[in-house]
Amino acid sequence: MLQAVESRESVGSTLRDDYLKAYRFMVLSRILDEKLASLYRGGKIHGGVFLGKGQEALSVALGLALQKGDVYAPLIRDGAGRLAFGEPIIDALRTYLGSALGPMRGRDGNVHRGRPREGYLAMISHLGAMISVVNGTLMAKRFKKITGVVGAAVIGEGGTSTGAFHEAVNQAAVEKLPLVLVIANNQYAYSTPSSRQFACSNLTNKAVGYGITAHHVDGTDLLACLNTLSAAVKQAREGGGPQMVVAKLLRLCGHGEHDDAHYIDPRLKNSPIGRDCIKVAEDYLLQQTWADEGAIQQIRQDAAQKIDDALTIVQREPTPDPFRENWCALASRHLSDSFEGPGNNVQ
Amino acid sequence: MSITYLEAIREAQAKALADDPRVFIYGQDVGAFGGAFKATKNLAQQFPGRVIDSPISEDAMVGAAIGAAIEGMRPIIEMQFADFSTPGFNQIINHAATLYWRTQTPCPITIRLPSGGTSGSGPFHSQSMEAIYAHYPGVIVMTPATVEDAYSMLLEAVAIDDPVIFCEHKYLYYHLKADKLPTEAMPVGKARIARAGRDLTIVAYSAMLHEALAVAEELATEGTEIEVVDLRTIKPLDTDTVMASVARTGRLLCVGEAWPWGGVTAEVIARVATEGFGLLDAPPQRLNAKDTPIPYHPNLWSTHRPTARSIATAARNLLRS
Ligand SMILES: Cc1ncc(C[n+]2csc(CCOP(=O)(O)OP(=O)(O)O)c2C)c(N)n1
Repeated sequence: MLQAVESRESVGSTLRDDYLKAYRFMVLSRILDEKLASLYRGGKIHGGVFLGKGQEALSVALGLALQKGDVYAPLIRDGAGRLAFGEPIIDALRTYLGSALGPMRGRDGNVHRGRPREGYLAMISHLGAMISVVNGTLMAKRFKKITGVVGAAVIGEGGTSTGAFHEAVNQAAVEKLPLVLVIANNQYAYSTPSSRQFACSNLTNKAVGYGITAHHVDGTDLLACLNTLSAAVKQAREGGGPQMVVAKLLRLCGHGEHDDAHYIDPRLKNSPIGRDCIKVAEDYLLQQTWADEGAIQQIRQDAAQKIDDALTIVQREPTPDPFRENWCALASRHLSDSFEGPGNNVQ
Repeated sequence: MSITYLEAIREAQAKALADDPRVFIYGQDVGAFGGAFKATKNLAQQFPGRVIDSPISEDAMVGAAIGAAIEGMRPIIEMQFADFSTPGFNQIINHAATLYWRTQTPCPITIRLPSGGTSGSGPFHSQSMEAIYAHYPGVIVMTPATVEDAYSMLLEAVAIDDPVIFCEHKYLYYHLKADKLPTEAMPVGKARIARAGRDLTIVAYSAMLHEALAVAEELATEGTEIEVVDLRTIKPLDTDTVMASVARTGRLLCVGEAWPWGGVTAEVIARVATEGFGLLDAPPQRLNAKDTPIPYHPNLWSTHRPTARSIATAARNLLRS
């Protein structure tokens, strides 16, 4: 089950509280990422590992702007947003380590996880595909006369080039849905730079064509992200129609942990978008005297402890057993086709 | 009173909308206009807000259906033609079809594909796509051949907790008539003996059923009794009924309007050959469309697809072997 995380709007908290809460999730996500990377290097993870380094501020700001009853479709680099939306740490570890007890039970792995019935969609790999699904959840809520909810989808700048993206944004606009679409322009889609991905001067230009509202934000600045995302979510919630948020930042890791990202232009790394959002947030905390070095250290230690505790549990859990797997893709089991010819029965 | 195959599809949707508030219809021109074939005629007026025109966005249409299904709705998607389901293919086979297995969240969506050839329709308005969808796990593929099945199977499709690809044949839309709508139906996944016989089994589905029945009629005058099996759904495929028929006749001819490579006819023959080789008195045969795009001109089209004539020839050859 998702954990209850109080959203910013619902508690009327101070900016300091919000900022610190967001920072905690960012740190938790970063340390979890580092743990996953080390498990990967140690050969403990089957398949890929995809990190969100450098995107925590943007991701967490969306996760915290959402409330219970909203729908969230995170993508590959949304560890922080997932935690902020209420995903327990253990869900990530169970999915990466293939625990039979995780939400995906070894049937899917890594970032392909979620709890759709709780409004937390489980991405498929095909980029662009999740946006129209969020639209559908919002159309359903409209049928059910549920108001005051939003649906959020996240995509990279590379994913904006898909036909699915175009169809879905247009669909949301036509249906005037409370969709918040966050585009993380981290400058690279795997190795492909933005210049080979789109030719408009800014991705927000696309919003004009769809007839929806656009917001632009510095994705390295937590304060800006918190303000922009809560404004966009509020506008959608209050009937303002689809909101596109374009964030500028830089991916501070490889595409996956198999990738050394040698192709990233060093000039970008040294530019303002190459700043580490966690460092930016820490500097701000210190500057505002909302936290001192000791408090920051404590936050890190607490996060590491929580992750270690969860990992200890997961490492003792069973992995899926092929002989207990029912090998049935249908909810209506009685309608599954039978392939029990002699050739298919050999184990 | 008589009711066509197309009217049965409309009536089934009207009943689904009336009986279940979770049902809605989404597709191009399905609203006030009533659909390209009028399969949703007057439904938008009868069920305000529940029969919705979509943009020409098959990917997003199916995507939205998946999202709505996650929220507990039971959407019916009308593709304007089966051929145009290809831009929605990704959502169907990678998303709808994997959702339950991955997340234990059922995905009860019905996707209606106006399928198959009609004279003059050409390469992009004539396709039979059932085999492509059936290839993927996680979907049910229905191919109704009668007015009664068009009605009852569409209602079943909406009630099923999984994605259903509903291949309705455009040639049958107006040609096929019944006296009244059925009140009961065979279970989903069961094939039907459409005509009993003992000399040869012809397995068919959708429009080809009627070509096969015509052949059975014709050959009956020559003293040959052909058994015709209507598959009804091609996934799941009712191997038992096919096998039982072949056990009676010893000869199998499988007919499909789709292309020959792989597909339903190949699957039926593979199953009979692997599980019932000993039942066969002659090598099993199949007849499909030619391996080219579907031609526009009637002269070419009527030769491209199997017809009563070509099926009769194949049947006679098989009876002689
Ligand atoms: C439709 C589709 N094509 C190709 C891929 C393979 N792929 C996975 S991630 C990726 C790059 C994505 O770049 P972007 O959307 O900018 O997101 P980022 O990885 O930068 O966060 C590619 C090409 C895919 N997942 N989906």
